[in-house]
Amino acid sequence: MSIQDYPSRISDPMSRKAETFSYLPKMDDDQIKAQVQYIINKGWNPAIEHSEPERATDYFWYMWKLPMFGETDVNVVLEEINNCIAANPNNHVRLIGYDNFSQSQGANMLIKRGDI
Amino acid sequence: MAKTYNAGVKEYRETYWMPEYEPKESDFLACFKVVPQDGVPREEIAAAVAAESSTGTWTTVWTDLLTDLDYYKGRAYRIEDVPGDDSAFYAFIAYPIDLFEEGSIVSVMTSLVGNVFGFKALRSIRLEDIRFPLAYVMTCGGPPHGIQVERDKMDKYGRPMLGCTIKPKLGLSAKNYGRAVYECLRGGLDFTKDDENVTSQPFMRWRDRFLFCQDAILKAEAETGERKGHYLNVTAGTPEEMYERAEFAKEIGTPIIMHDFLTGGLTANTGLANYCRKNGLLLHIHRAMHGVIDRNPLHGIHFRVLSKVLRLSGGDHLHSGTVVGKLEGDREATLGWIDIMRDSFIPEDRSRGIMFDQDFGAMPGVIPVASGGIHVWHMPALVTIFGDDSVLQFGGGTLGHPWGNAAGAAANRVALEACVQARNEGREVEKEGKDILTNAAKSSPELKIAMETWKEIKFEFDTVDKLDVSHK
Repeated sequence: MSIQDYPSRISDPMSRKAETFSYLPKMDDDQIKAQVQYIINKGWNPAIEHSEPERATDYFWYMWKLPMFGETDVNVVLEEINNCIAANPNNHVRLIGYDNFSQSQGANMLIKRGDI
Repeated sequence: MAKTYNAGVKEYRETYWMPEYEPKESDFLACFKVVPQDGVPREEIAAAVAAESSTGTWTTVWTDLLTDLDYYKGRAYRIEDVPGDDSAFYAFIAYPIDLFEEGSIVSVMTSLVGNVFGFKALRSIRLEDIRFPLAYVMTCGGPPHGIQVERDKMDKYGRPMLGCTIKPKLGLSAKNYGRAVYECLRGGLDFTKDDENVTSQPFMRWRDRFLFCQDAILKAEAETGERKGHYLNVTAGTPEEMYERAEFAKEIGTPIIMHDFLTGGLTANTGLANYCRKNGLLLHIHRAMHGVIDRNPLHGIHFRVLSKVLRLSGGDHLHSGTVVGKLEGDREATLGWIDIMRDSFIPEDRSRGIMFDQDFGAMPGVIPVASGGIHVWHMPALVTIFGDDSVLQFGGGTLGHPWGNAAGAAANRVALEACVQARNEGREVEKEGKDILTNAAKSSPELKIAMETWKEIKFEFDTVDKLDVSHK
């Protein structure tokens, strides 16, 4: 293959990434489910956040309700993801796994890109 | 009853060999691997090491009687065979905490690896491990920020971070160097790094480099929407010059600077770590000269000790070796010192060469940096070995991409995220690495061409410094 240009531009909002998994193709439902299961298996607390795409570089996104402390049912988490997306159809949505022992986020991944 | 003064030479073991001694929680414990000269009994050698690294000198002096030497002395309390080597043995020594100045790792090293390393009765000696008592750990500053704070500041979670050392290491102008930085960062790396040789040479003075690199960071951040950094090396010929560079880095708002802790020295490193803590700069630590000190299995200081020393002196990143790349490092031993960098409590584990329990209490962790001779095909192994709290640095593996740095960076980022995604799905990433990467390359032409450029690698490594575990 001959040399290719790297197609990234400040003028192109699609060049904006949003951290973990933003370099991969959009996940399908089964793939998202597997990531939720991973967070639950780790004993972390699932949480959902969303943001207008143009404010995605802010440290703080909008919290969707509260982190789902102690939730171990994958389907409950998936339902909340869908609720968040339905209520904020133009926003980026990310899934977080709060690790209260490390006082950090063990997981934080983009699961839906907002419209730009 | 008071002792009387008898001038002359006493055998060390009369005073310093105490096999009945039970080490106290507040003691420093050290394990030395010793090869004695022929004919000298092990107990005498172990006692001599204890004496020469603590209170002893070759003859009795009257001023010994003005203090409580029985309290202050180092005590050789155990001797063990070295598995697989009849010429050497392990000497375990306990030191009372009062022998070392609070918060001064320099004071500890001056005693423990001082005169004793030139001692004639020994053919060779290697410091294998130190147990720092928690009471002493708490007097040290440690990492300026630590792993969690760095993640929060850089806003990066749930994956290893990616870096790249800019090459050629010497000779680029500041602007061309900044170009290479910008291309890496816009392609998807989190960090780029000054090569350790880059300080402030005639072809690229530090101030010019700092400004062009900062410009590269800001533009890449605007373009990708992600936070970026470049380790600006502030290692210099004098502490004054080092602080001047650190000060300028802070003024231009860069997130992370860099220091070489062995060539720069432990005093400079500890001071710089304090400066970084005070001024909100992350601190990346390079380890030039470590190979001189840690590579010989019979003489020197093991890298697990240097890792502990750096964690106490202060640094947010430390190079750890890659296990799989071009540089030395046995897998189990590397896993051992990675734990030493990151964990709060590291239990004794002889299969990893760890001789003592080590409690770091509340001291923040250091992020291990895997750098040197690695490329996309190594990604599955690196993610498995290092886990999320690490920086994986692809120098040639980014800059050597046939389409340039940005494409090379994107290839690494896609490969990394694909491996993390697969790991989270419960797949065996190291075993299924080829499938995972091949599948990811379907949506990334940058990864596809990288996989064709660097051929699939096999893991065959044989290290000079192997662990002492029965490979007789």
